[in-house]
Amino acid sequence: MEKIKLTIDGVPIRAKQGEKVLFAALDAGIYIPNLCAISGVRPHAGCRLCFVEIEGRPQPVTACTEEVAEGAIVHTDGPRIRRLQRTALELLLASHPIECKTCPANKHCELQNIASFLKVNLNTKRFRKKLRDLPVDDSHPDIILDPNMCVVCSKCIWACVEQRGIGALNYAFRGDRTIISAFGGDRLVDTRCDGCGLCAEVCPVGAISKNVKKST
Amino acid sequence: MTEEEEIKKQTLEILESRSRERGKLIPILQDIQAKFGYLPREAMLETANFLDIPESEVYSVATFYNQFRFVPPGKHQVKACLGTACQIKGGRIIIEAWQRELGIKVGETTTDREFGLERVACVGCCAMAPVTVVDEQVEGKVSPTRVKGILLAFDLAKQKTSKKVKKAKSS
Ligand code: SF4
Ligand code: SF4
Ligand code: FES
Ligand code: FES
Repeated sequence: MEKIKLTIDGVPIRAKQGEKVLFAALDAGIYIPNLCAISGVRPHAGCRLCFVEIEGRPQPVTACTEEVAEGAIVHTDGPRIRRLQRTALELLLASHPIECKTCPANKHCELQNIASFLKVNLNTKRFRKKLRDLPVDDSHPDIILDPNMCVVCSKCIWACVEQRGIGALNYAFRGDRTIISAFGGDRLVDTRCDGCGLCAEVCPVGAISKNVKKST
Repeated sequence: MTEEEEIKKQTLEILESRSRERGKLIPILQDIQAKFGYLPREAMLETANFLDIPESEVYSVATFYNQFRFVPPGKHQVKACLGTACQIKGGRIIIEAWQRELGIKVGETTTDREFGLERVACVGCCAMAPVTVVDEQVEGKVSPTRVKGILLAFDLAKQKTSKKVKKAKSS
C-alpha cells in the first residue's frame, strides 16, 4: 500500500494510510502525551492530552483521532498545545490521590511520566482537589481494583470486553462519578474474572494492579 | 415462591415478547422499572442473559441514566430539588438535612421501606425555592427545621392509623 508522507516537528515521516497521527509520531520516536489511546482500536478520546496542531487547521486536534494525511505539517510542541495539555493533566490530577510511595504503579505510571514531560507538579494546586472515597476491591487472588486511582481511560474495558470477551468489569455511573465496576458493585472474586491480568497490564496508573500479596 | 423467584418469573414474562437485540436494552430496563418501581438485581441478570451480553454492561447502561433506581422506592418518596434556583437557595443544605434525618443517602430507601430519597432537577416552582416534593405534595421554602416537621407529621399520622387499627381490632 502507498505510504502517506507527512512532517511531524520538521521530521519527514511515512505512515500507513488510516494510521492515526499519534501512533505515527510515537513510532517515529516523537512523544505526544496520551493516556487513553490503543493502536488500531477505535479511539476513546477521553483524556484530552494528545493535542497537536496541524498547519491550515484553526484549532488544535487530538492526535489519537486524527488520521495521517498526505503533506500534512504537524506540530506537537508550542505554547498553545502545552497549555491545553497541562490543563487536561491538572484536571485529572485534581481527582487523583497522590500517594505514589504506596501506589503499585510507582515508577511505571503514565501520570508520573506525563507530568514530568509537561513539567507539571503532581501536587499541583491549580484546581480544587476533589477526591473520592471508594472502597478498594482486593477480593480477587490475582488483581486489585482501586477505583480512586482511575483516570477513566477505558483500556481495562477494552482488555476485558474486546480482547478477552469476558466483561467482568465496565463503566458504572456517569460524569465525575464514573467508575470502573463489576456488575452491581460486586467484588471481582464473585464475577467471571479469571484473573488473566490483562486489565492490570493495560492500566496506565495504579487503579488495577496484579495482586502480588496473594498470588505466589 | 421467594421474592427473588417472583422477580425472576415476572422479568421473564417481560422478556418473552422481546427480540434479543442489544439495542432493546433500554426499553427493556424501562419496562422492568415500570413493573417493580426499580431495577432488581435478578431482573438485570436475567436481561443480560437474555441479550447475551455481560451483566456488567447492563449495569453500566443502567447506572448511566438518572431515570433508573436500584433500590425499591419507599412508601413515601421524598424528592429534593437541586435545580438552579433551589441550588442557589441552599438546596444542598436541604438534601443534607433529609439525608441526616432519614439516615440514608440520595437514591436509597430506609430499611423499613417507609421513605425513599431522590434528587430532582427543577420541579417548576422556583419562586418557592428550596423545594421538596413529598409524594405529590409540594413543600416550598423548606428549611432543616421544616424537614423535621414534615417527618414528624408522618410519624403522628402513622401512630394515629395504627391506633385506629388497634381499636378496630379490639372492638
Ligand atoms: S483479570 Fe482478565 S478477566 Fe479479570 S477483569 Fe481483568 S481482564 Fe477481565
Ligand atoms: S482502571 Fe485503569 S485501565 Fe481501567 S479505566 Fe481506570 S485507569 Fe484506565
Ligand atoms: S490519547 Fe487522545 S484523547 Fe486520550
Ligand atoms: S429549581 Fe427547584 S423548583 Fe425550580
